[in-house]
Amino acid sequence: MLSIKNLKAAINGKTILKGISLEVRPGEIHAIMGPNGSGKSTLAAILAGRDFVSVTEGTVMFSGRNLLDMSPEERSREGIFLGFQYPIEIPGVSMVNFMKTAVNEHRKHRGQDPLSASDFLKLMREKKELVEIDSALANRSVNEGFSGGEKKKNEIFQMAMLEPRLAILDETDSGLDIDALRIVANGVNKLKKPDNSTIVITHYQRLLDYIVPDVVHVLYDGRIVRSSGKELALELEEKGYDWIKKEVENQE
Amino acid sequence: MENDQDNIINDVTSGEYKYGFYTDIETEKIPPGLNEDIIRLISGKKGEPDWLLEFRLKSFRHWQTMKMPSWAHLSIPPIDFQKIIYYAAPKQKPAVASLDDIDPELKRTFDRLGIPLEEQKHLSGVAVDAVMDSISVKTTFRETLAELGIIFCSFSEAVKEYPELVKRYMGTVVPYTDNFFATLNSAVFSDGSFCYIPKGVRCPMELSTYFRINAANTGQFERTLLVADEDSYVSYLEGCTAPMRDENQLHAAIVEIIAETNAEVKYSTVQNWYPGDKDGKGGIFNFVTKRGMCRGENSRISWTQVETGSAITWKYPSCILRGNNSSGEFYSVAVTNNHQQADTGTKMIHIGKNTRSRIVSKGISAGQSQNSYRGLVKVLRNATNSRNFSQCDSLLLGSRCGAHTFPYIEVDNQSSIVEHEATTSKIGEDQIFYCNQRGISTEDAIALIVNGYVREVINKLPMEFAVEAQKLLQISLEGSVG
Repeated sequence: MLSIKNLKAAINGKTILKGISLEVRPGEIHAIMGPNGSGKSTLAAILAGRDFVSVTEGTVMFSGRNLLDMSPEERSREGIFLGFQYPIEIPGVSMVNFMKTAVNEHRKHRGQDPLSASDFLKLMREKKELVEIDSALANRSVNEGFSGGEKKKNEIFQMAMLEPRLAILDETDSGLDIDALRIVANGVNKLKKPDNSTIVITHYQRLLDYIVPDVVHVLYDGRIVRSSGKELALELEEKGYDWIKKEVENQE
Repeated sequence: MENDQDNIINDVTSGEYKYGFYTDIETEKIPPGLNEDIIRLISGKKGEPDWLLEFRLKSFRHWQTMKMPSWAHLSIPPIDFQKIIYYAAPKQKPAVASLDDIDPELKRTFDRLGIPLEEQKHLSGVAVDAVMDSISVKTTFRETLAELGIIFCSFSEAVKEYPELVKRYMGTVVPYTDNFFATLNSAVFSDGSFCYIPKGVRCPMELSTYFRINAANTGQFERTLLVADEDSYVSYLEGCTAPMRDENQLHAAIVEIIAETNAEVKYSTVQNWYPGDKDGKGGIFNFVTKRGMCRGENSRISWTQVETGSAITWKYPSCILRGNNSSGEFYSVAVTNNHQQADTGTKMIHIGKNTRSRIVSKGISAGQSQNSYRGLVKVLRNATNSRNFSQCDSLLLGSRCGAHTFPYIEVDNQSSIVEHEATTSKIGEDQIFYCNQRGISTEDAIALIVNGYVREVINKLPMEFAVEAQKLLQISLEGSVG
């Protein structure tokens, strides 16, 4: 599904990613962990198509197509979803209007007719229940005045509406209390299907108590320095990141 | 990043002006220049009574003692008033008895503008007075309206057929000495619409005037007078377009509204004069005086404007709240793009007791444009228990444009409450990207955000025009955000 080969990238001339390779197959959940500043969010930004990151080397293929050639909206319509670390507020634009526009753009891309107003509202209701989001949120402007937890839940709600093939959740757990964390994680698990994949970017292990990854990668200083099963996350939780840092430095 | 943002803005704001065509029609013009002979000539062409000629001459003499105002936040190139042609009229038979007598070329012009002159073709009952250059071409639905006693005709006809009404009301809200452009208009005004709603009548259809500038080197100086007698109601809409030309053209109009006891007038404008090209060449100078007088108790006047056109806009639709318990409203969306300049807002003058006013102004600036809100709320000593609420929001698209707010508040009593809120926001790159990531293109994202921003004002427009206005906003901002 997603194939990253030797990806190098820079922001304002400063190299952030120093050669990343990653294979994500349909149905898999990958966790990317690592200390602050290791390049986790930069990787997410590249996959979503933010233009402040410049790719200097390497390839990213998504379902056989060159992802780096696609505009951000095209990536979305092809099935890439980014759950934002800091969801953006858009005053004056209601969630209903926002989601309706987004869903119908996706449908148009697949050659489907736009949803009627009643079908759309029905879909919204279903998905709201699925992710246990407060009904009133849908009548408010996009993320405006939402609490941190509401914003994150709203990301999962949007994910439910758009049914992506590849969801990238960028530190979705940050700033969540334990109840909100459980709701967000449950949402992700319920949306899991055999043919869609998830990349969970996180600093802490605790989200992985709820979302069980197939593979855990540790990103450090722009490189994936270790990939292993879910037990790696527990090891990190116990020992912190320092032993990884030391290991890497010793190898060099 | 700033550059990218500006590039996107350029793309989105470079929409073409759709109404820039010119109609090749035989036009009767008088020589350029302004003096008493010209004024006599205009008055003579219209076969006016002496009292009106006197009014014009009095205005002209006063105008000669005035200077063009310079207080607005606008940079206006010098205007040579002697080079302007003050009267131009499409040639046609003197009295148009039926539609068949109208030049087909004229009919086609208004068809292209989406203003069919055939009554049966018109969508949901809207009566139109179509004005090209200096004269009214055709007023539709006159007979239907006349059955209710409603008078809706061109200003020139009103002068001939209802001189008493015109004499009684003209200049009572905007006196001939009012300001430089209003005084100029009082001297040289050519045509416009006249409307009278008799006591107790609710006008069953929207009335509208469509202004079209066609001839080159001319100015358009129309005058509209709207009188709503006791217990009556009318909703009125005004639209305007002009051909694309490299020279600037002057439009200096007057609109006067009088609302008697318990009367209600809603006046909506969708202003789409040619704004000039991307480099700021050409376009209409729109210097307009619009004012309503709530004369009677419980009367209401509401202005709604969507301003997307003109190179320079200078206008402040205002309400004088004289009757006790009267109310005035002003809802405005003003869009400026490329090199457009707008200095617009309102004046609410509270004279009667318990008078209320509400101001909602939404400015959108893109390109290198300058957009100013200027508003006065004045509550006189006797206007006890009066209320005003003002909200002025500015939305910036890109980093080369400007938004300014100049609120003036004068309150002379202790029992009145005046509130003012203002916000300035910018469509951020992050907002656009967030939309992109959900599959929404940059252009659609801008439309979504702008529509959300102006919704409160657009909702005040009559249904059909709200749809038009929304489309117009999209075209005006096509190619423009970040």
